[in-house]
Amino acid sequence: MSERPAAGALPLEPGTAPAPRRFIIRLEIDPSRKESPWWMTIVSVLLALLFCAVFIAANGKNPWAVYEKMFTGAFTTEFGITETLVKAIPLLLCGLGVSIAYRIAVWNIGAEGQFAAGAIAATAVTVYFPDLPFYASIPLMVLFSIVGGGIWGALTALPKTYFQVNELITSLMLNYVALLLLDYVVFGPWKDPKGFNFPGTPMFTDAESLPVLGDTRLHFGLVFALAAVLLYAFTMRYTRWGYELRLIGANPEAAKNAGIRIKRHIIIVMIVSGALAGLAGMSEVSGVTHRLMYGISPGYGYTAIIVAWIAKLNPFGLVVSSVLFGGLIVGGYSVQTMGLPSSISNMLQGAILFFLIAGNMIAKFRLRRNG
Amino acid sequence: MHSETYSLEMKQIVKRFGPVLANDHVDFACKPGEVHALLGENGAGKSTIMCMLSGVYRPTSGAIYIHGREVKIRSPKDATKLGIGMVFQNFRLVQTLTAAENIVLGEKSSFWRGPGWMKRKQEEIEAIAEHFGLTFPAGRPIWQLSVGEQQRVEIVKTLYRGAEFIILDEPTSVLTPGEADQLFRTLEQMKAEGKTVILTTHKLKEVMAAADRISVMRKGRMIHTLDKRDTNEKELAKLMVGKEIAAVRRESRNRPAGKVMLDVQNLDVYGEHGRKALDNLSLQVREGEIVGVAGVAGNGQKELAEVLNGLIPWKKGKIVFNGREFKDASVRAAIEAGISHVPENRMKSGLAGSLGVVDNLLFKSYRTEERSKYGFLRIRGNREWSQRLVEQFDVKTPGLDAPVRQLSGGNQQKLLFAREIDRQPLLMVAVHPTQGLDVGATEGVHRLLTDLRDEGKSVLLISEDLDEVMQLSDRILILYNGGIVGEVSREEADRETIGLYMAGIAQAKEEAV
Repeated sequence: MSERPAAGALPLEPGTAPAPRRFIIRLEIDPSRKESPWWMTIVSVLLALLFCAVFIAANGKNPWAVYEKMFTGAFTTEFGITETLVKAIPLLLCGLGVSIAYRIAVWNIGAEGQFAAGAIAATAVTVYFPDLPFYASIPLMVLFSIVGGGIWGALTALPKTYFQVNELITSLMLNYVALLLLDYVVFGPWKDPKGFNFPGTPMFTDAESLPVLGDTRLHFGLVFALAAVLLYAFTMRYTRWGYELRLIGANPEAAKNAGIRIKRHIIIVMIVSGALAGLAGMSEVSGVTHRLMYGISPGYGYTAIIVAWIAKLNPFGLVVSSVLFGGLIVGGYSVQTMGLPSSISNMLQGAILFFLIAGNMIAKFRLRRNG
Repeated sequence: MHSETYSLEMKQIVKRFGPVLANDHVDFACKPGEVHALLGENGAGKSTIMCMLSGVYRPTSGAIYIHGREVKIRSPKDATKLGIGMVFQNFRLVQTLTAAENIVLGEKSSFWRGPGWMKRKQEEIEAIAEHFGLTFPAGRPIWQLSVGEQQRVEIVKTLYRGAEFIILDEPTSVLTPGEADQLFRTLEQMKAEGKTVILTTHKLKEVMAAADRISVMRKGRMIHTLDKRDTNEKELAKLMVGKEIAAVRRESRNRPAGKVMLDVQNLDVYGEHGRKALDNLSLQVREGEIVGVAGVAGNGQKELAEVLNGLIPWKKGKIVFNGREFKDASVRAAIEAGISHVPENRMKSGLAGSLGVVDNLLFKSYRTEERSKYGFLRIRGNREWSQRLVEQFDVKTPGLDAPVRQLSGGNQQKLLFAREIDRQPLLMVAVHPTQGLDVGATEGVHRLLTDLRDEGKSVLLISEDLDEVMQLSDRILILYNGGIVGEVSREEADRETIGLYMAGIAQAKEEAV
């Protein structure tokens, strides 16, 4: 009876575990706290920077100098800013796509595949309908990419609704299918015959490319992305469909009682989610690379998951977080001159997500004095 | 005062949860080597007192004695050391670990010491299981086991830890009749080994089949402890539901009931696990009457409410509402036909806790012309409408956008009623509408229901609270085993008759004649 654990007990459910007698303070989960405070995101980012500083220092570099370089590289020059925005476009579109799915607790982690599907579909227009004027080719490419991404989303939604197949697994596996399909077309049938065996399609014509701003690489895809943000925000707030999604997200059991057909919504949402990622794929090939090629995405679809979580699925928060992460990628490139690998930005991304999730967890705890 | 005949005694136990008195000076005692049934309706305080024995809760006051020595049980660990093991209604097993691993888990001396050690442990566990006739595949992960097998794992877990007192909380609620019989045979074996088994239940037949002594609880109080030999189901039923009729004030209607609004004919519904939940059920509700459905929980109440609201399909029979037959289960069809639903658990299926008042009020009407047009919500109109409802139904809320989980239970229920009544329903299906509400809020809900009736609407009131059913209903139907076994009118309703129907005795008698 006298021996007691040496640390405060961590009850799984409030009230089910005993209070250790000797300890004055104990940790409890407060069930009333469902959301973490807004500043938790900022704290998480700062902690992630601190955490990664240890590894940078271990590499013999001054972390402060590295971060400064990353920041100036991404946000202070015209080149840096436009490049950051160029990276932010696909992140924002893919982030919107996964956000809308996460809103109703459908865990789509297949934005990467849907992005590739959209890029392939858009390129199909250039392959099978060459020499169209821009007013025909661009809308057609947009349409194709939306349909392509949407089909890829539906491929996840249908097994989920009809056979209860976990969407985490299908959406992830479909990523590899889409990426291999992309490899197949760029190494095989669509390969540029004059490309010295480079795994890519012929360059798009000007009519197949999105307009850019001045002599930067910032392209019209930004308008797509911002329009999608406004549309998403408006839909969620002011439309019947958005209301239904909010209801499903808040309490699916109650939504069922309100006569909402959840399965149908899951299918539609996954199609929309895939379509947005598909549009990102189109804007990337048509706006940045001007051809479909091997390794077109440096993992935008995965980074978008973090972008969405950081923004807490809020449409305007998504704008901020996608620019931040775009900057992280660009900043990663700029520290290469200091002798650090650009994958430092991957490390930071991972650390930010880690601290964010941990922060959300910790926010539910509360210290309580034992009477 | 201590008597050697009892191995376990609980004296004057009081347990409060905030303002709620869950156990009111309860005395309870067990003899070694007996099966002791703790009988009572849902919410009578059976589980609460058992949770105090197993260290999940601590009593507000009172004392517990084991073999005559006063003990303090502060945690489940303390309980285990004192030889008390509890099998909860929902099992506490790790799905991906094997049965044997689950049993060993959490034991101090059980750090994993290699496959050989685990194999010996498994054999040890299998020997215990074999001995008590509680066989299950010990090497298989839990998720592959049936519910009955999982329960056996839980029981063996208590035995493995050397429990002398084994508490089973509503053990048969998850079992098929065959599995239940098997469980009762096991109890005999445990008794023969000198173990004391305490089982909580509200099923009279089980009590008579398995128990040696029976303690009856009602509304947090211990009513009586009897020997099985000296009692019968009829007496137990009376003790369980109580006799006080005096306090019941009955609301009578001001005009006779009109035409048949809801006509349910020979309905068969299968519930979870393919169990037949409603069996050839027929009932009618007329305009301008409140029909109360009484019955012990788990006799088909949930399924009855769900099938009427289009949430689950039916296998056989007809549902005719307002002269039209429902083709198949559709929530939308039920809503559009004019059926309102106050579900059993308001926060689980009635409201969305994280959304605001307006969004929660829109639940069932957002598709109508008044609330939305061309797929767009009429934001301003909806806010004004919500404000009106909040005032009309006197819902106390910090604002129209405040998440409804911040509202008190009574205000949440008012909000739910506001939504369901504002739709001008033809039929209101209310399930346990006053559960967890204080006296004032309860009265408010009762008034809403009688007002609906007086406006000529139909009300189907499904409640476990017999007083409530008797107070409000014009007719009372008793649901037992998925069928209506009896009907009593307002005038002839008394607790004893209803109690007998609820226990399934009255019908058996009729059949015998």
